[in-house]
Amino acid sequence: MSEAYRSWGLDPQTPQKALRWGWRDAPATQMAGQQSVLPFGNGRSYGDSCLNTAGTLIDARGLDRFVALDTDTGVLTAEAGLTFQNILQHIVPRGWFLPVTPGTQFLTLGGAIANDVHGKNHHVAGTIGRHIKQFELLRSDGSRLVCSATQNAELFAATIGGLGLTGLILSAEIQLIRVDSAFMDVETIPFNGLEAFRSISADSASFDYTVAWLDCVSGGENFARGLFYRARHAAAIEADELLREKETGKGRVSIPFNFPAMALNGLSIKLFNELYYRSNSKKAARSAFSRDHYQPYFYPLDSIANWNRIYGSKGFYQCQFVVPAGSESLEAILRAIVDSGMGSFLAVLKEFGDLASPGLLSFPRPGLCLALDFSNRGLKSRTLIERIEQQVVEAGGAIYPAKDRLMSASAFRTFFPAHDQFSRWIDPAFSSDFWRRVSMETQL
Amino acid sequence: MRNGGESGSKPIVVFGATSDVAIALSRRYAQEGASLILVGRNESRLTAVADDLRVRGALHVRTLLQDSLTYDDHPTLVESLFTDHAPAKFYFFQGSLPDQAACEASFEVTREAVEVNFLSIVSYLTWLASALERRPGEKGAAGGASIIVVSSVAGDRGRGSNYVYGASKGGLTIFLQGLRNRLHKSNHGVLTVKPGFIDTKMTADIEKGGPLWAKPEKVADDIRLAADGGRMVLYTPWFWQFIMLVIKSIPEGIFKRLSL
Repeated sequence: MSEAYRSWGLDPQTPQKALRWGWRDAPATQMAGQQSVLPFGNGRSYGDSCLNTAGTLIDARGLDRFVALDTDTGVLTAEAGLTFQNILQHIVPRGWFLPVTPGTQFLTLGGAIANDVHGKNHHVAGTIGRHIKQFELLRSDGSRLVCSATQNAELFAATIGGLGLTGLILSAEIQLIRVDSAFMDVETIPFNGLEAFRSISADSASFDYTVAWLDCVSGGENFARGLFYRARHAAAIEADELLREKETGKGRVSIPFNFPAMALNGLSIKLFNELYYRSNSKKAARSAFSRDHYQPYFYPLDSIANWNRIYGSKGFYQCQFVVPAGSESLEAILRAIVDSGMGSFLAVLKEFGDLASPGLLSFPRPGLCLALDFSNRGLKSRTLIERIEQQVVEAGGAIYPAKDRLMSASAFRTFFPAHDQFSRWIDPAFSSDFWRRVSMETQL
Repeated sequence: MRNGGESGSKPIVVFGATSDVAIALSRRYAQEGASLILVGRNESRLTAVADDLRVRGALHVRTLLQDSLTYDDHPTLVESLFTDHAPAKFYFFQGSLPDQAACEASFEVTREAVEVNFLSIVSYLTWLASALERRPGEKGAAGGASIIVVSSVAGDRGRGSNYVYGASKGGLTIFLQGLRNRLHKSNHGVLTVKPGFIDTKMTADIEKGGPLWAKPEKVADDIRLAADGGRMVLYTPWFWQFIMLVIKSIPEGIFKRLSL
């Protein structure tokens, strides 16, 4: 099937050349003769970190095989192009779960490592890089290197969060976690204001998963209202609930074409935020408990195929940043967003923990992390995001490369002080649109 | 579990097991807990596919390493398929799409294309047919074994752009008609599969687009359904039956002027 290679934010829309990679034993000589190469998984990075306009993409989705699953220890070995969805399908019925998962199951294992993804359990589990025991990396010189904390350790650290620039990950070994069911016990608590969020967050340390939806539209007395979700994997469940489990996950709604940009204007976003808050907070009152299948719990947006198209053909910008928790900076940034009137369809707030990742370019660090998206309204959107970037720099925070399209080279260097150490491990044949953008000034 | 049967003791044999459609089909069987015997010529890829199927739930996976052009080894290989339990189904996926211009320039290339796409399968089937005749199935739908061979719509009519491939597949289609006729007496079935364009590694160099290109998973599901239902000929996706009906009905005098 001919398909255009796009990032999840649908921007940039530059033509991409691709080389399909189907086997672990395929020779690295295929990489030669290309201007530069970059591994491409399932295209769930939002900006330009998964694109390589001047060069060639290595479409790694053909590397979609399981290698081994030790059902006693929960150590899974799989090829890098396998998606989390496929992995979960096979491990959950056997009582295992991924140690860390982001908000989509449609990413590949290789992409998860390259972006050192985090999830709602960051405060207790850290990033996925902490759970990768080892991986096999193919470099353009033909070497196949097993990397772990003890073997090729520097390349291991550079590759975790290394945005695909250190070589092609062929397969990886990951430590899974035990679960007793496919369900989650979820508690929903409405809150008003960032102080309230922080105090619930502090009270929820014993929950494996915590995250909040934040209203980025309303000002006045509704400023920074939201819904806090905290959850645990449910204990073993009854037979009738298993039946429900079978029925979940069917009937994905698909958005077959790009919405007209009008569909998501300020008014409709405001309406959505109001309705979302009201319908869920009413259910919750002070707090409410529910038992949800892991799919709607972890991946609510995955049930709408191609949800990225609701922003229209010009796509959208996603912005995800973390700032130190003690500062007033998050409140200031949030005020700027509310005042801009360009607020977000869905904004997600999460307090990161202090568990360090082995990855040199890992994004998560202790503090408050907010993820939002803005439909692409050209200069207006870019100005707002540049302003956010400035505030994040001043606050001593960082922006997530996997979701970024606009970060300046100087901001990148501030956010990721290990960038020099990292660049030494870049494979000379590898590059990306993102990397050329953020390394521009360093070459001068 | 479908028909409650595939998780039983009768294995599924897959020749050309590292092809994309073979992998997609084998995964369906693996998920149902079936036992599989995989035949292929690239050891590390065969192992990679077998490992994958084990994790996906296959009860037992055996790999047999063989180059399909080493004809002398075929009788032994075919006999070895029957050592534990007589297999329920024999799938043949091997094939390669030769470059027509290269075939025109060289008989060696043409011969290799005919060997890979036609003669090697004929060789396997020669031994397999006799082995099956010695083990006749019981009367009734699920009685005997099934042989499922991937031919091609290209075998329905010769075209200037790929007639070496087309002739190999056309020969294969006719061979299978005869074999079906012969094995009917011992209650074994033969299914001829005629896929159209499939988005696979074999066609990786071709510019793809439009509704005619099918995913390997879709083709695998069609094949599985037809094999379980005892069909004799399958066009997949289904609309190729009508496309080929039109193409076959064009008078030769007109057809020779077309560039297809």
